[in-house]
Amino acid sequence: MPAISVSGLSRTFTTKRGPVEAVRGIDLTAERGEILGFLGPNGAGKTTTLRMLTTLLAPTGGSATIAGCDLVRDPAGVRRASGYVAQSGGVDPHVSVREELVTQARLYRLTKAQAVARTEELAADLGLTGVLDRRTAALSGGQRRRLDIAMGLTHRPHVLFLDEPTTGLDPGSRADLWDLVRRIRAEHGTTVFLTTHYLDEADALADRLVIVDKGVVVADGTPDALKRTHAGSPDASLQDTFLAITGRDSAPKDTAPLAV
Amino acid sequence: MSPFLSDTALIFGRYARQTLRSRLQMLFGVLMPLLYLLFFGPLLTDLPLSSAGTSWQLLVPGLLLQLSLFGAAFCGFGIIVEKQYGVIERMRVTPVSRLALLLGRVLRDAALFVLQAVLLVLAALVMGLRAPLAGILIGFAFVAVLTAALASLSYALALKVTSPQEFGPVVNAVTMPSMLLSGLMLPMTLGPQWLDVLSHFMPFRYLVDAVRSAFVGSYASSAMLYGVLVALGLTAVSMALCTRAFRRGAA
Repeated sequence: MPAISVSGLSRTFTTKRGPVEAVRGIDLTAERGEILGFLGPNGAGKTTTLRMLTTLLAPTGGSATIAGCDLVRDPAGVRRASGYVAQSGGVDPHVSVREELVTQARLYRLTKAQAVARTEELAADLGLTGVLDRRTAALSGGQRRRLDIAMGLTHRPHVLFLDEPTTGLDPGSRADLWDLVRRIRAEHGTTVFLTTHYLDEADALADRLVIVDKGVVVADGTPDALKRTHAGSPDASLQDTFLAITGRDSAPKDTAPLAV
Repeated sequence: MSPFLSDTALIFGRYARQTLRSRLQMLFGVLMPLLYLLFFGPLLTDLPLSSAGTSWQLLVPGLLLQLSLFGAAFCGFGIIVEKQYGVIERMRVTPVSRLALLLGRVLRDAALFVLQAVLLVLAALVMGLRAPLAGILIGFAFVAVLTAALASLSYALALKVTSPQEFGPVVNAVTMPSMLLSGLMLPMTLGPQWLDVLSHFMPFRYLVDAVRSAFVGSYASSAMLYGVLVALGLTAVSMALCTRAFRRGAA
């Protein structure tokens, strides 16, 4: 069974100017242990899709299962099986790294002793041991991002959703983060679903790409296959491929409603 | 321990620590009622208020609920900030009970305002308040319940709005008429009949009347019965609304 299986997933927002179809029927699957890159221009429906798959937003149509749990019928199962790292993270700047990690583990219903042990383990694994007692506001950009990811891993999820994980990081920290994502997959067989605007990131990290535009999937395949099919050659740049697929050659207009 | 109780304890602990980090804020809420006590209370001592007991037994219940009204109504500000940090969504993707997300916060708020209420009553005792202990304890219970109801409404509103600029005016628009029409400072029976009638449509009035009745030792009164019913009804509705807001999520 695939780790992620999405069929006809859609979301229509009701606005003052009438209904807006942000997502108009997404179909995709991700196998266990796969790193799936989810790309698309601004306003294509990426964030809305991600919010639905992480149970933050109810779909208005279609269905999905995450690690075998139905999104609509068993949101609690989906939550237990998956971790989500939002673009903005989600830690309080006034709280210590240790307290955030322990709290997060306990929100996932680990016992106090398990939560403390898991915090030490994750901190050692992600290079945060030395900063455990610092306030999260005092972390560097790279440390902060590793903390955000550690927060998503406290309960050893089968599926990890990463929303633009390297936005705002320096090149060195980005490379470290790519290594980390590969290592999480290699060591735990975790399925990783990541959105990104960096095509080099998608090229380097993802086994397979799903490209969405205007709320539907417009291309699905390995980076090489997409380059061959859409830009005529496996040596083409992913940039050219992306623009050929989405049919845009300049900055697209943002047409979806702001975060709803 | 059931998951719901441990979730609630976890959320309560997190926000209690947040409050303890800002000790100044803990005491600041008691300042406004304290000023009323010091500079408004003495004005009432010789007035013919046509009520049972002394003017202090009339004023202090009002100040207790004022503390809760103005304090709890603004609790939502904290959640607007947390929403901007992404803390709310990060918690909502975990299996944690949605009711616990609310209840943990509300219990912290109730504890904070009851503590402030204790300080206020101690100051009032020095000023000249004399009231039965049981009545004072009933007053604290009303502070806790009103805080739970209003803080829930405040959180529900805060989850819906996108900025503090939207939140503040709405809260002010609710709290000011609530204070004036519930007879927090002076009993509505002193006013013209139309005002007295109008104030019966303001739920807080029944709470104020109940606490006043407790402060003069009349526990089996109809004022007490109505007060308890309105307080519990208000709390049930507010908490249901807010839990729904946490379940649905917002921006």
